[in-house]
Amino acid sequence: MNKEKPSYPIFTEDMKKDYTILVPTMIPLQIGLLTAVMRRYGYNTKMLENSGSGVIERGLKYVHNDICYPAQLVIGQLMEAVESGEYDTDKLALLITQTGGGCRASNYIHLLRRALATAGYGHIPVISLNFSSIEKGAAFKMTPSILYQMMQAVLYGDLLMSLKNQTRPYTRDVDQLDAVIEKWMEKLEAELLHGKISRRRVRQNYRCILRDFSAIPRTGEARRLRVGIVGEIFVKFSPLGNNNLEEFLVKEGAEVVLPGFFDFCFYCVYNSLVDRRLYGTNALVAAVYRIVYRLMLSRQKEIIRIMKKESDYMPPTPFDHTATLSDGFLDNGMKMGEGWLLTAEMVELIESGVESIVCAQPFGCLPNHIAGKGMMKPMKEKYKNVNIVAIDYDSGASRINQENRIKLMLANARDVAGQKEKGATIPEKEKTPV
Amino acid sequence: MHQQIAVSLGVDVGSTTAKLVIYEDGCRVYEKYERHLSQVRQKCLEMLSDAAPYLAGKRLKIAFSGSAGLGLAEALAIPFVQEVYATGETVKRLAPDTSAVVELGGEDAKVIFFEGGTDERMNGTCAGGTGAFIDQMATLLDLTPEEMDSLSLKHERLYPIASRCGVFAKTDIQPLLNQGARKEDLAASIYQAVVNQTIAGLAQGRKIAGKVMFLGGPLYYNYGLRERFVKTLKLSPEEAIFPAYGLYAVAIGAAMYAEGQGAEFGYEELLEKLDAARAVKRVASAIPPLFENEADYEAFLARHNRATVKTASIADYRGDAYLGIDCGSTTTKLVLMSESREILYTYYNSNRGNPVQIVREQLEQIYSLCGDRIRICGSTVTGYGEDLILHAFRLDHGIVETMAHFTAARYFDPNVDFILDIGGQDIKCFKIADGAIDSIMLNEACSSGCGSFIETFARSMGYDTPTFARLALFAKAPVSLGTRCTVFMNSSVKQAQKDGAPVSDISAGLSMSVVKNAIYKVIRATSPEALGKNVVVQGGTFLNDAVLRSFERELGRNVTRPTIAGLMGAYGAALYAQSQSKGASTILTPDELSAFTHTAQAVTCNKCTNHCQLTVNSFGGGKKYVSGNKCERGAGIPADAIRALPNLHQYKRDLLAALPQKSGTRGRIGLPLALGMYELLPLWHALFTELGFEVVTSGFSSRELYAKGQYSIPSDTACYPAKLMHGHIETLIDRRVDYIFYPSLTYNVIEGEMDNHYNCPVVAYYSELLKSNMDSLDPDRFLYPYLNINDPRILARGLRRALSQKGIAVSVGEMRSAVAAGFAAYHAHMESIRREGERAVAEARAQGKRVMILAGRPYHIDPEIGHGIDKLASSLGFVVVSEDSVAHLGHAGKVGVLNQWTYHARLDNAAAFAAENPDVELVQLVSFGCGIDAITTDAVHGILQRRGKLYTQIKIDEITNLGAVKIRLRSLLGALAEREAKHE
Repeated sequence: MNKEKPSYPIFTEDMKKDYTILVPTMIPLQIGLLTAVMRRYGYNTKMLENSGSGVIERGLKYVHNDICYPAQLVIGQLMEAVESGEYDTDKLALLITQTGGGCRASNYIHLLRRALATAGYGHIPVISLNFSSIEKGAAFKMTPSILYQMMQAVLYGDLLMSLKNQTRPYTRDVDQLDAVIEKWMEKLEAELLHGKISRRRVRQNYRCILRDFSAIPRTGEARRLRVGIVGEIFVKFSPLGNNNLEEFLVKEGAEVVLPGFFDFCFYCVYNSLVDRRLYGTNALVAAVYRIVYRLMLSRQKEIIRIMKKESDYMPPTPFDHTATLSDGFLDNGMKMGEGWLLTAEMVELIESGVESIVCAQPFGCLPNHIAGKGMMKPMKEKYKNVNIVAIDYDSGASRINQENRIKLMLANARDVAGQKEKGATIPEKEKTPV
Repeated sequence: MHQQIAVSLGVDVGSTTAKLVIYEDGCRVYEKYERHLSQVRQKCLEMLSDAAPYLAGKRLKIAFSGSAGLGLAEALAIPFVQEVYATGETVKRLAPDTSAVVELGGEDAKVIFFEGGTDERMNGTCAGGTGAFIDQMATLLDLTPEEMDSLSLKHERLYPIASRCGVFAKTDIQPLLNQGARKEDLAASIYQAVVNQTIAGLAQGRKIAGKVMFLGGPLYYNYGLRERFVKTLKLSPEEAIFPAYGLYAVAIGAAMYAEGQGAEFGYEELLEKLDAARAVKRVASAIPPLFENEADYEAFLARHNRATVKTASIADYRGDAYLGIDCGSTTTKLVLMSESREILYTYYNSNRGNPVQIVREQLEQIYSLCGDRIRICGSTVTGYGEDLILHAFRLDHGIVETMAHFTAARYFDPNVDFILDIGGQDIKCFKIADGAIDSIMLNEACSSGCGSFIETFARSMGYDTPTFARLALFAKAPVSLGTRCTVFMNSSVKQAQKDGAPVSDISAGLSMSVVKNAIYKVIRATSPEALGKNVVVQGGTFLNDAVLRSFERELGRNVTRPTIAGLMGAYGAALYAQSQSKGASTILTPDELSAFTHTAQAVTCNKCTNHCQLTVNSFGGGKKYVSGNKCERGAGIPADAIRALPNLHQYKRDLLAALPQKSGTRGRIGLPLALGMYELLPLWHALFTELGFEVVTSGFSSRELYAKGQYSIPSDTACYPAKLMHGHIETLIDRRVDYIFYPSLTYNVIEGEMDNHYNCPVVAYYSELLKSNMDSLDPDRFLYPYLNINDPRILARGLRRALSQKGIAVSVGEMRSAVAAGFAAYHAHMESIRREGERAVAEARAQGKRVMILAGRPYHIDPEIGHGIDKLASSLGFVVVSEDSVAHLGHAGKVGVLNQWTYHARLDNAAAFAAENPDVELVQLVSFGCGIDAITTDAVHGILQRRGKLYTQIKIDEITNLGAVKIRLRSLLGALAEREAKHE
């Protein structure tokens, strides 16, 4: 077998000019902004919006059914788009993330290539979006400047997502909230695409965003029960993956707290530093990662500072603190999937007063056996009032089962929070039933 | 003005039943419990109407609860309370001194602990049903739930039955049934499985003790189940409470909740609302009806009725005849065939848990019909019960079912290139190329939602199977139910019920699910072309026209369904009997048959550590047949006859077992022989021995060892090898070691060219889970350092640090030489495995035997994980080698996936070795729940397929259904023999 040349098509430099690159939806806001950055660098990306039963049907058809649910959804979504006839398949490329970690998610790209070949689209190149220099050779280069812009996109996206979650339950006017989000998405996309991105401009944007959200009129309702969502990265964020979990929780009268996507990026960088400590990996590489880490941290702290100063919104937890939070539960060397970050985020939520947590994972998710379900017992022992429910997502799992379990968690949480109205007393006098 | 409200209602609509209670002036005045047969809205309306004497003209407060009550409450804008929460409220109010509640419902299991803050738990989505599960098992035993209950109280022994979910339990029970185990014992064992599941899955280490209240339908009605719970939890009569309101705890809690709510309704207003809700249109599903109209259906029937076999009257026929018996997992089929292949007599029915009795009755019937005119000249049996029937009635031949089906299908369509058989419990598909079976696909234990699945669903909804199937034909809007296993479909059906779907739409949806399951999960086809041009479908499930129609629609082409679709195995067996006939059959004569007796006795085999549960069938006249044995020793064959062929699994086990235990000065260190330790034991053993520790291992796994640690498993969907780890740790604790060592290894050893060399997340980090979930594991004595085993220097540093944290000082020099000794031992170990692999292959060639690479992960050689499949393969005449013993002989190169796991790379190379050698076959063992193997199986399959080799995958879990494995391996042998015959 020829080991030099891969057996699949490569995205080449001259494809940049007229190829459309389809990007699966994961976290609509963040990915939306990221595609703008990629367009700025000449990659004609388009974030997909198709959802519904066609997606999972394609997933089941083209992907091994024992593979995790996110793979089925991501590949299903891309395949549905490819087969939709909407795109010229000779001028089409697909983009998929690849973590390079010890979890099977690193192999989604190969499953996608196989799916394409099976469906007769073997000529469509697939681009790997990764930060671990796997799949070198494709004309999709992660230069420092594109990475820097991407970081900015994620910071913006997380901010919008967080403000949305903190505003949504308390506003009278959901349309107005949506309008604010839409306005900023357009503005930020345009800036990321064409504009000059100065530090001053960014800070100014943060302030304006905060001001706009703060200006949305509130109902004056008391603080709702806050429910945190942690879990496998895809089902945690994607409404497609978690049956619109956020919407369900809001409907059930909760405020959703969703630790940002930036933490996950942080986690990937941070792990390189841990690798140096545990496995003695290349010192130079670790030094570069340390610089990146510091830069990210300063940018995150900037946002925290501005949020605290300019608004009443709850800012994100600084990552250098988050990174210490899994101590006592598991080692930061547990780095597959969401790894120690998942556990740390549970503690982060609890520390900020969010004691009700949904831990979302695809059915049979390997790392979550350890970092999610495996950590619930000590978590409950350490924090008496905490209420965690693990929910498995899968093409066959029924929504009612999931929602019923979340409802139980909510009922208990309300009890603990003392929010439940006192039930009337029914003294029990046994009467023979008729 | 505020009116005094004195009436409150609680309505609990679960997955199978609806419960209603009425409180008036604080007293419970009315209660009602009924099955709703999935007509949720209708039933609620009826029950409320029936309660009119208590409610007419009154204003009342009401709350719904239960999984099927949720949708109704939403639709009616009536308060809803989560059912576990409602139970908790009831018990707190009515029996405040209760310590814990165990509540089993139709499909949910719940445990509530009251001491030290209420802790309410529900089973996860995979844990399967309870009430529905018991009903399904009763159906399987051909008993009513009441009969099963009373039989269970007369049990003498308990069989281990997988407690994970219904499908698994069924896989355990079916072979026991076919082997003739007593129903009394099985009934009790089923209850015990429910108990184990509740304790392992829900209590998860927390002890259910003190005053325990048992609630819910199954615990209210089944005394056998009560007994198992009380015995297992060791409760005194005062501690085990079975309250009179056991059925109504949720409904009572809902009534209490209603009392505290603001909303009130007039009774008549409520009835109107419910009536209106009954008529509410569901969101239309996108799935079109199976048939537009009667004419459409008639044309379909006419087309299929053309594929038929001639029949002849048994009353008139004179001459030779051939008997075929298909003793399947749930049904027994017989065909008597004439010389010119006409069908003289057929039988198709449930084997009602006793196939021997049925075959006997049928033979008597046949003999009386045949008289002197017809002579049986050949007899063949196939199917699960093959061995039992073969021995009981002294038939001429037994053939593996795949061959029987192929023989029959070829009769209908000589050009057949694809056969799909959906039977009671199995889905079997074979591709045919050049007139021989090319590849065989069988459903895994997990997805056996086949014929018996529709049957039990039909029964649970109050229909017989044909009526249920007929309803589906003209269903207006079939529901989409997913393609996972039974458990998931149960909850999908629940969802559909919640949405108000009528039975017809559910029935149509189920038939589509069965089809999709077969196509996408078992065959994994992507297009109709992938299946073949001439598809023959068979098996009892395809007699269901809804299933057949769904299949054709999903495929987009017509297929052949012989009119005897349910009898194809038996017909194929009869054809085989004819082809092999030597003029007379050895089958029992009418006289012998009338003297025939059959008794079954259960014994435990003590000839090796497997301790198989044997069933000894006696047929009178000293004739015996032993089943349930994993190897030939159980059947009485001497050990030396079996060990003659090389078996690398055994060799590896022997190597590990032979590692010496030397006393040391630094204390006793325990190494759990599970997961990655199977690979690295020689390394750690030598290293710690060198350091002066006494190394103690936990030994091989067993069912008992599993049970010992089962209670602390937090994730019930993890793989069996991981779950066993808990038992190994307990064993080491029992052996009073000073330390327990299971390192966290993100990376495994680097072997040859790979993209990376990870361990899987479970192997890598299970230590973290053990530390956090096993109370018995003292953290001060548990060493689980993160280590780099690819750099001796860094490894030494990491180990020294880990030991010094426990107060054990080891000098740099000491540690470095220990590490060196460890690696030397490890390399010698691996080298010896490779040498033995080469020797085994050479010996196989010398003896003219086939080589089987029984490939998997290092821990698959464990006797409990591998279930003795290596011995089974040996007994079938294979020289068994392991993947790591031959991986160095093959080179896979690029495999089209990211090759980043060490174990995975070995599989690929071993597959390459099999691909290049005609006398080497590969059978891959895959643990249920192994996410990584979802990728490796495709890679291995691809490597073999490119070279035209057969690929066989065996999924293993707690289950010990060797019968199915045997069928697969024999089918493989059969296919290989046929291929060879073609070549000659």
